[in-house]
Amino acid sequence: MTATAMTVSPQDAAKYEEKEFGFWLYLMSDAVIFACLFATYLVMVGNTAGGPTGNELFSLERAAGETALLLFSSTTFGFAAVALSAGERSRVLLWLAVTFVLGAGFIFLEFGEFAGMIAQGAGPDRSGFLSAFFTLVGTHGLHVSIGLLWILVMIGQVVVKGLTVPVASRLMRLGLFWHFLDIIWVVIFSVVYLPGLL
Amino acid sequence: MDVTSGIPVERTIKPYLIGIVLALILTAIPFGIVAFGALERQTALIVIAVLAVIQILVHLRFFLHIDFKSTPRENLVALAFAVVLICIMVGGSLWIMFDLYHRMMV
Repeated sequence: MTATAMTVSPQDAAKYEEKEFGFWLYLMSDAVIFACLFATYLVMVGNTAGGPTGNELFSLERAAGETALLLFSSTTFGFAAVALSAGERSRVLLWLAVTFVLGAGFIFLEFGEFAGMIAQGAGPDRSGFLSAFFTLVGTHGLHVSIGLLWILVMIGQVVVKGLTVPVASRLMRLGLFWHFLDIIWVVIFSVVYLPGLL
Repeated sequence: MDVTSGIPVERTIKPYLIGIVLALILTAIPFGIVAFGALERQTALIVIAVLAVIQILVHLRFFLHIDFKSTPRENLVALAFAVVLICIMVGGSLWIMFDLYHRMMV
């Protein structure tokens, strides 16, 4: 399939632009939700109730690893978007798969971090600080998990339906979602991990 | 990226390569500051915050392709509105809660 095969009628073009705008509004409201969670975290960060602080719990190496995985996954998703525009189905599938593996690596690291903290008695019930931490970082992790599921669904659609216009439109919205989560992570390491370890 | 058919067309990987290089630099500096304890706490926090804001702009420009030419106007308005809301809510929450904290501690 070539790029010219993806030309759509003006009505359809308007429809897909509307869908992208609607999804953009969702992302903006999601950003507001995250902003509230960040504000809550900043208010609660000192309330450790005699429990462990971020300095004792966070690992700079792990945070750097998680950051690298998400950054590279954003780039590889970009490669999938470029392959999509070129109409190269196998390269779209390849880069979607690479993005999935990188994202899954991120979730694996984060899951290990959460499990380790809970195992040493630093779960969300330990202090206000940890409640806010698990809510904020956990909400981001949940978003990434849903993004991973969405990538799998889109890999399935590309395999079954090919690079049709609706599939391409969904892939572009998935891209917005994935890049958006990367931005949230930049704020998380700048607000949670780095100040905590300073 | 040009939007001719409603489906954005991205012809080159160049913006993503520029984006990842800038993002890696803007990530390595704050991590380096924390790893080596190069700056005193207050200065370090300011540098981390400034670099985070720059990195968000880099992501918006090179990964999400936001610019003032091709991005639809409504999307930019929605983005600006979200930024205003976020500033009011985060700034307002911190102002109220820390003001309250100081008054309770006196």
